[in-house]
Amino acid sequence: MNPASYPGPRTLVVRCPDWSLTVLGVAPGDPALVLAAGRVAAASEAARAVGVARGQRRREAQGRCPEVAVLERDEAAEARRFEPVVAALEDVTPWVEVSRPGACAFGVRGPLRLLGGEAALLDRTAEVVGAALDVAVGPTHPGCRLGVADGRFTADLAARAAGAGIAGSLVVPVGGSPAFLAPQPVGVLGRPDLADVLVRLGLATLGAFAALSAADVVGRFGAEGRAAHRLAAGLDGTPPQVRRPPPDLAVAVDLDPPVDRIDRVAFAARALAEQFHDDLRGRGLACTRVVVEAETEHGERLARCWRDEGVLGASALADRVRWQLEGWLHGPPAVRPTAGLVRLTLLPDEVVPATGHQAGFWGGASAADERAARALARVVGLLGEGSVRLPEWRGGRDPVDQLVLVPLTGGVGEVGRVDAPPSDAPPWPGVLPPPSPAAVHADPVPAELLDDRGRPVRVDGRGVLSAAPVALRVDGRGVHVAAWAGPWPVDERWWDPRRHRRRVRLQVVADDGVARLLVLEAGCWRVAATYD
Amino acid sequence: MFDTEWMGLPDGHASTLPDDLSTEGCAPAPRSRPRSLAEAARRARTGAPAGERALPVSPVLAGLLPDGLRRGSTVGVVGPGGRSLAFSLIATATATGSWAAVVGDPDFGLAAAAEAGVALAHLAVVDLSGPTVSRQWGAVVAALVAGLDLVLVAPRRQVRATDARRLAARARERGSVLIRIGDASWPDRPDLKLALTGATWEGPEDGYGRLRCRRAEVVATGRGRNARERRALLLLPDARGVPSLP
Repeated sequence: MNPASYPGPRTLVVRCPDWSLTVLGVAPGDPALVLAAGRVAAASEAARAVGVARGQRRREAQGRCPEVAVLERDEAAEARRFEPVVAALEDVTPWVEVSRPGACAFGVRGPLRLLGGEAALLDRTAEVVGAALDVAVGPTHPGCRLGVADGRFTADLAARAAGAGIAGSLVVPVGGSPAFLAPQPVGVLGRPDLADVLVRLGLATLGAFAALSAADVVGRFGAEGRAAHRLAAGLDGTPPQVRRPPPDLAVAVDLDPPVDRIDRVAFAARALAEQFHDDLRGRGLACTRVVVEAETEHGERLARCWRDEGVLGASALADRVRWQLEGWLHGPPAVRPTAGLVRLTLLPDEVVPATGHQAGFWGGASAADERAARALARVVGLLGEGSVRLPEWRGGRDPVDQLVLVPLTGGVGEVGRVDAPPSDAPPWPGVLPPPSPAAVHADPVPAELLDDRGRPVRVDGRGVLSAAPVALRVDGRGVHVAAWAGPWPVDERWWDPRRHRRRVRLQVVADDGVARLLVLEAGCWRVAATYD
Repeated sequence: MFDTEWMGLPDGHASTLPDDLSTEGCAPAPRSRPRSLAEAARRARTGAPAGERALPVSPVLAGLLPDGLRRGSTVGVVGPGGRSLAFSLIATATATGSWAAVVGDPDFGLAAAAEAGVALAHLAVVDLSGPTVSRQWGAVVAALVAGLDLVLVAPRRQVRATDARRLAARARERGSVLIRIGDASWPDRPDLKLALTGATWEGPEDGYGRLRCRRAEVVATGRGRNARERRALLLLPDARGVPSLP
């Protein structure tokens, strides 16, 4: 067959729908969403039904569905719970590729010979995965979806489109990929910038995009457009000019003493992933499929194959290695190795010429970034996970809410971290205008605010002070109030009795020259911040 | 027109004042033709370019730090307004690619730092509240000084003289700047000490208005080349949260 029109091997994709919600114990009927970097990463069926969608900001999602439960993403648990499922699939085929926790795929040719037909293969797969899920997440799991098609991209979409039910499945017949793909929206290509342009050009479906001539697409969109065009036409995204990678591209690290704790091996894994990526880049190659291999003190050999439709960058690779180690070391006893790991190896299993993805003009990460990443990794090694944190913008009315600190997990240039409000973000009503206080107290100190007759200053239900403040007493030390501004009341989440907050803010400048932000909540004034 | 504007080049290429080039060992005074290639290479290596010996600071601070923030030095920001001074010191450097870490200051106001121009993408916050921290404090700060250009430290307890000496030496060796928030916990004097005097807040009036700006005089004193006291009148911060000239 002409390689340029090769649709890719016939593939079966197993998807566990809403995996990040399932591992957090959310039933499909409950409205819930998972947040990552301040945006919705996944939403349950009930939440999607009322308009919550991926990529929305938390506030927007809560506006559409006020009763939604907001959960933080737990990537470690996702990886840990999925590993037994993949291990169970090894009964069906020895070569399972994991693309992310909650989704994996394998070629059907081998197991088909064993089981006799696609229907039998689907039944067997559903049975194996169902049994593994019963153990891994308990009997309330929403099951899995199976899709079979020519090529992995189409099979993945077929699995998404598969009907509900404990093991819904959809089989796209041989040669039927273009017809199946034609009505799908261009957004499924997973390239938001490209999809945006295509929609504005009037090409809303994959069928319309695939009908363009390949030469025109390359001329306008380059190598990335070409890959997307092939996918839209039901062909394999990366044409199989795939070479067998030379064996010396494998990288390994020896762990001495043997390691059985994830935090101790995670940083070694990260350095390994970066070295692996740099070696490949030096040869003008990029990896689309990698085998993570570990050896234990008792001579056990663990291996798992990870694949991505795009190209695995250094940080994506490091994530996958971390997830895999999480699955092995913290998984259920059945898949856990019996001794510590002594060696970790990364083998490139499928490489393609590196195209399209170019680092920034001055190099992806500057030398300063790399030095800082090493120093911060060392501090994490000294003080433990979670001791180094990076600011992330969340938005809010008070200085303490606007920016939160998230633990450093991957590299310093993590994608998805938002450190400033997006330029199109609407203003928060009721936010204090700049300047913001330079010291925001982690433990606000109780304070007494007194009027000219020594009585405590109170605020009535309409947000009016009982008298002008004259004296302030903090930590037993009294100062006179030189000037003050406010009060500004805030009434947040009045619809939720558990998280309802009512408070009043007041700026006070004392005669010692210090300006403070006082907050009255539940009848008690506290110094929330100091304009240091 | 471009004399104080930083030009957006990659890290370490700040424009500094032209007379900076003539000071200490950057270019040898007699400009004879180099006799060999090896000698030319050696000449090119002696001393770092001016931009690499100092981190850029905002033009607003030019009167206080005419040479920029010298690499390898220790700076103390003391008294009320210390954090605002620290923000103004690190803003331009972080915005041009340097990394900064804040160690042991749970009250660090991130929103105010962002308003003052600090690039939060280049800021890490190290939490020192754990139980094993007191023993490792020195090792943590030393590791940061080795890898980051700017390290802001707010020690909870008295720093031992040996630790202080070792950290200052490490900063000198690695070309980092150690910024001490609050100076009471340190046994020795920093190379440069910044403090506010006569700070007055403007804006609020008996319930009306809001805090708008703080007018203050910044006093810079220190050792060596900073021995001569310098003073500058600043708005720290102004109504947008940015340090600026009145």
